[in-house]
Amino acid sequence: MTDLSHIRNFAIIAHIDHGKSTLADRLIQVCGGLTRREMKEQVLDTMDIERERGITIKAQTVRLNYTAKDGVTYQLNLVDTPGHVDFAYEVSRSLASCEGSLLVVDASQGVEAQTLANVYQAIDANHEIVPVLNKIDLPAAEPERISRQIEEVIGIDAGGALAISAKTGEGIEAVLEALVERLPPPAGDGDAPLKALLVDSWYDPYLGVMVLVRVKDGVLKKGMKVRMMAGGTTHQVEQVGVFTPKPVRVDQLGPGEMGYITAAIKTVAETNVGDTITDEKRRAARALPGFKPSQPVVFCSLFPTDSSDFDNLRESLARLRLNDSSFHFEAETSAALGFGFRCGFLGLLHLEIIQERLEREFGLDLITTAPSVIYKIHQIDGSEITLHNPADMPDPVKIASIDEPWIKATIMVPDEYLGAILSICTERRGEQVELTYAGNRAMAVYRLPLNEVVFDFYDRLKSVSKGYASFDYEIDDYRQGNLTKVSILVNNEPVDALSFVTHANHAESRGRAICERLKKLIPRQMFKIPIQAAIGGKVVARETISAMRKDVTAKCYGGDVSRKRKLLDKQKKGKKKMRQFGRVEIPQSAFIAALRMDDD
Amino acid sequence: MDRSPGSPLAIYIHWPFCLSKCPYCDFNSHVAESMDHARWRAALLAELDHFAAELEGRTVGSVFFGGGTPSLMEPETVAALIAAAGRSWRLAEDVEITLEANPTSVEAGRFGELAAAGVTRLSLGVQSFDDRALAFLGRGHSAGEARAAIDLARSHFPRFSFDLIYALAGQTETAWRKELVSALELAGDHLSLYQLTIEPGTPFFRQDMAVAAEDTAADLYAITRETTEKAGLPAYEVSNHARPGGESRHNLAYWRGGDYLGLGPGAHGRLTFKEEGATHALHQISTPARWLDAVERRGHGTAKRRALEAETRREEILMMGLLLTAGLGRKRFRDLTGRGLEDCLDRAGLRRMVEGGFVEVDERGIRATREGMLRLNGVLAALLASATGRPG
Ligand SMILES: Nc1nc2c(ncn2[C@@H]2O[C@H](COP(=O)(O)OP(=O)(O)O)[C@@H](O)[C@H]2O)c(=O)[nH]1
Ligand SMILES: C[S@@+](CC[C@H](N)C(=O)[O-])C[C@H]1O[C@@H](n2cnc3c(N)ncnc32)[C@H](O)[C@@H]1O
Ligand code: SF4
Ligand SMILES: [Mg+2]
Repeated sequence: MTDLSHIRNFAIIAHIDHGKSTLADRLIQVCGGLTRREMKEQVLDTMDIERERGITIKAQTVRLNYTAKDGVTYQLNLVDTPGHVDFAYEVSRSLASCEGSLLVVDASQGVEAQTLANVYQAIDANHEIVPVLNKIDLPAAEPERISRQIEEVIGIDAGGALAISAKTGEGIEAVLEALVERLPPPAGDGDAPLKALLVDSWYDPYLGVMVLVRVKDGVLKKGMKVRMMAGGTTHQVEQVGVFTPKPVRVDQLGPGEMGYITAAIKTVAETNVGDTITDEKRRAARALPGFKPSQPVVFCSLFPTDSSDFDNLRESLARLRLNDSSFHFEAETSAALGFGFRCGFLGLLHLEIIQERLEREFGLDLITTAPSVIYKIHQIDGSEITLHNPADMPDPVKIASIDEPWIKATIMVPDEYLGAILSICTERRGEQVELTYAGNRAMAVYRLPLNEVVFDFYDRLKSVSKGYASFDYEIDDYRQGNLTKVSILVNNEPVDALSFVTHANHAESRGRAICERLKKLIPRQMFKIPIQAAIGGKVVARETISAMRKDVTAKCYGGDVSRKRKLLDKQKKGKKKMRQFGRVEIPQSAFIAALRMDDD
Repeated sequence: MDRSPGSPLAIYIHWPFCLSKCPYCDFNSHVAESMDHARWRAALLAELDHFAAELEGRTVGSVFFGGGTPSLMEPETVAALIAAAGRSWRLAEDVEITLEANPTSVEAGRFGELAAAGVTRLSLGVQSFDDRALAFLGRGHSAGEARAAIDLARSHFPRFSFDLIYALAGQTETAWRKELVSALELAGDHLSLYQLTIEPGTPFFRQDMAVAAEDTAADLYAITRETTEKAGLPAYEVSNHARPGGESRHNLAYWRGGDYLGLGPGAHGRLTFKEEGATHALHQISTPARWLDAVERRGHGTAKRRALEAETRREEILMMGLLLTAGLGRKRFRDLTGRGLEDCLDRAGLRRMVEGGFVEVDERGIRATREGMLRLNGVLAALLASATGRPG
């Protein structure tokens, strides 16, 4: 068992692209975890999406053996945390498995929104924080200025900040020494009953579910029967190992150590992040604090563009869920879009990732409805319902009040774009909490209704700031709102997939915008088609598509029936993609386009 | 009136050559540098002979020389083909023998010989009485030549028709009314009035040429229907108008599900064999040189021949029948297919079309209304939405 005083557990926290992955690569390299041949860039980002988008979805650990200047060989466990707010809970569990963090800030960019969100989480986790100013090889790097900014904006001492270049390797030794010197060793009791934190888990096609753990007390060994204290299940441990970053089997994991176990677990749904693993024969009296089951906050519906892909979509969702139990799905039927699934996600990025993986890894072409949040509806009869699909909204006369979730958003932006950013926040019903200037950047903290944010908020921020604004948020609380459901009716029939919940002040203009958009998208038909936006029974906006006046091939082709046939076959084929609305048929593509178009 | 399948037979003979190629035209027509008339005559006769045995015992109700520009055929070729048809089959007493002609003076000079060869009906491609429109359409004749050709046709042939193309971009109601007045003054017993369509593969298509806007086209169509009806030449098909009895017997064979034999490059045929209980669809090789070569080698230029599936056949009969103002008769549909009309139509689609005023169904049969006629593609799509009935 490794002496606790020879162990250091740390996380690297950074805004996207500030160099977290590159620094991890360097640390692994210096400590000899991989040979030169095995070393490729960003070894920890294993999924294509992670590599491309530079985000880490699953937490990972690497055990490094570092012989410090004091002559002692230390076991350094690096934890790579999911870097996004959608995975805030997962991040908090990763952080709970370490005693300190390297706070990496790009010395040419400075503090960004995600830097702040992550560092506050690390502070909450009682971490010792080592500021690292990266990219000092860049001519634009201003380590002194950025270290002042860290002190001003974050409020931590940046006196001992390390100036490094993860790219060239400059300063890496100093980082390793700082970990040994400045981070406290973990505490724990090897003789106490087993208590290990379940940090994350994922599905491996060869080994089944792999569970990432941090042992707090006791010892975790192969062959042991363990119990998930919150999940209530028991499992026989088959393998115990560590990542170097290659998986390497070890005999046991003692207090303070991190590694993985496999235990013939079939789906990740049986492993809850934050759960405590104990010895079934000698159970711990109390679980580790802070367990929280994961809850989706953003919902949308996914439909296959080609209805024959429905089964494929179902199987693909099930496959993804093997590895990610934080998203939920259930079958749904829409008059406009056919058969699909209502899905719940931890946040917008999570939604995007799942959608992208479905399209990329499973070859599906998908239609995604506008994201929705969870509303709490208090009905006149005193009952309360939670609702995540506007289609399920009760009749307005039955509703006493509606609560909606709010978030606290932190936006960092260069001064020159601040005005535009503030007006977007105001437009979206935002309430300013704080506005700070640090150098030529401003930090705006706003409270905003989540339903205003799920709707292209981030895209708008990016576009008005030429890409310079960074944004992060945390879920705040529920508040009563003057909300109303707007239904869109085509030929007097509601198009469930286009209905939405919005603040009463926006209902009419947003409803009108959709009607106008549909008018442009739906081709003329044999019959005229009214398009309406309605609140309850009251129509608030209306457009009409006039009937097609002429649609006949008048030319005479003699006996060449095949010419006419082709036309008919084409129409028949198109018909498969048509949705019936009373006596008119609307091409599904019109609805898809309506959903894909940006709101303006 | 015996119109049971297979009898009488309509014969279409395709002449794939023109003096120049019109920029809107996607017919199988080509400009040939030189022409071996004797060789073409022999080949067409050979192909006719080839089918004579197979179709023995039929009565020929009509022969149609189409194109291309069959008025460029040597009159002897026309005469020889008519004679050969008469030797191979019985020609109906009132057999209709139509030839398409272009109204250039060269061709008009042959009208006498063509009449002598046995042509009883001339179909003239006038296209317009407006010289500017004729120039736009790339035609090789003037309005004056067209009028002269019409006069000659009147004096040489018992029956004649001419074609106009309208609904060009920018054409006004007034301008079209004026042309219609000229047309009706000069008309024989038949008129074909086509709205310009831009066909893939044509120069107009490549130039992305505009046509009249949908609303204008619809208005012009309505004017056409009214004006011709008042003048005694109502529409009997989407674009074809006739005095009572002046309908093109040959074209009616297409529209009423009759049998036709197609000879020459790219010609289509539908031949029903009662014993077999099937209608065959035939398509001759389109490229003139390849057709010629095939006929010389093996006696016929058929590229493809297949027995139509019952469902396909029913759809064709419905598609063609609905082009006619009179629509499709119940009895005729049953005679041709052995099935009831409604069994073969999409029920929901039919209901919508009837409720919308696009289609009428009664004890006589089914037909498109005037509004339905204007949107026939949509009507057909609705009526034939699902497969036309169970396989049978
Ligand atoms: N010039 C320079 N570029 C760096 C340095 N560290 C990282 N980068 C580059 O910055 C980009 C983002 O780095 P990455 O490690 O993926 O950032 P992450 O998103 O925080 O993981 C990549 O193009 C790296 O090559 C550095 O020290 N100097
Ligand atoms: C087989 S074509 C040609 C007959 C003859 N060669 C002529 O051009 O006069 C028969 C008729 O179809 C019509 N037509 C051909 N192409 C057309 C188009 N693109 N749009 C509308 N009518 C067309 C013309 O009126 C033409 O007279
Ligand atoms: S419209 Fe007539 S003349 Fe012109 S190219 Fe076509 S077939 Fe030939
Ligand atoms: Mg990275």
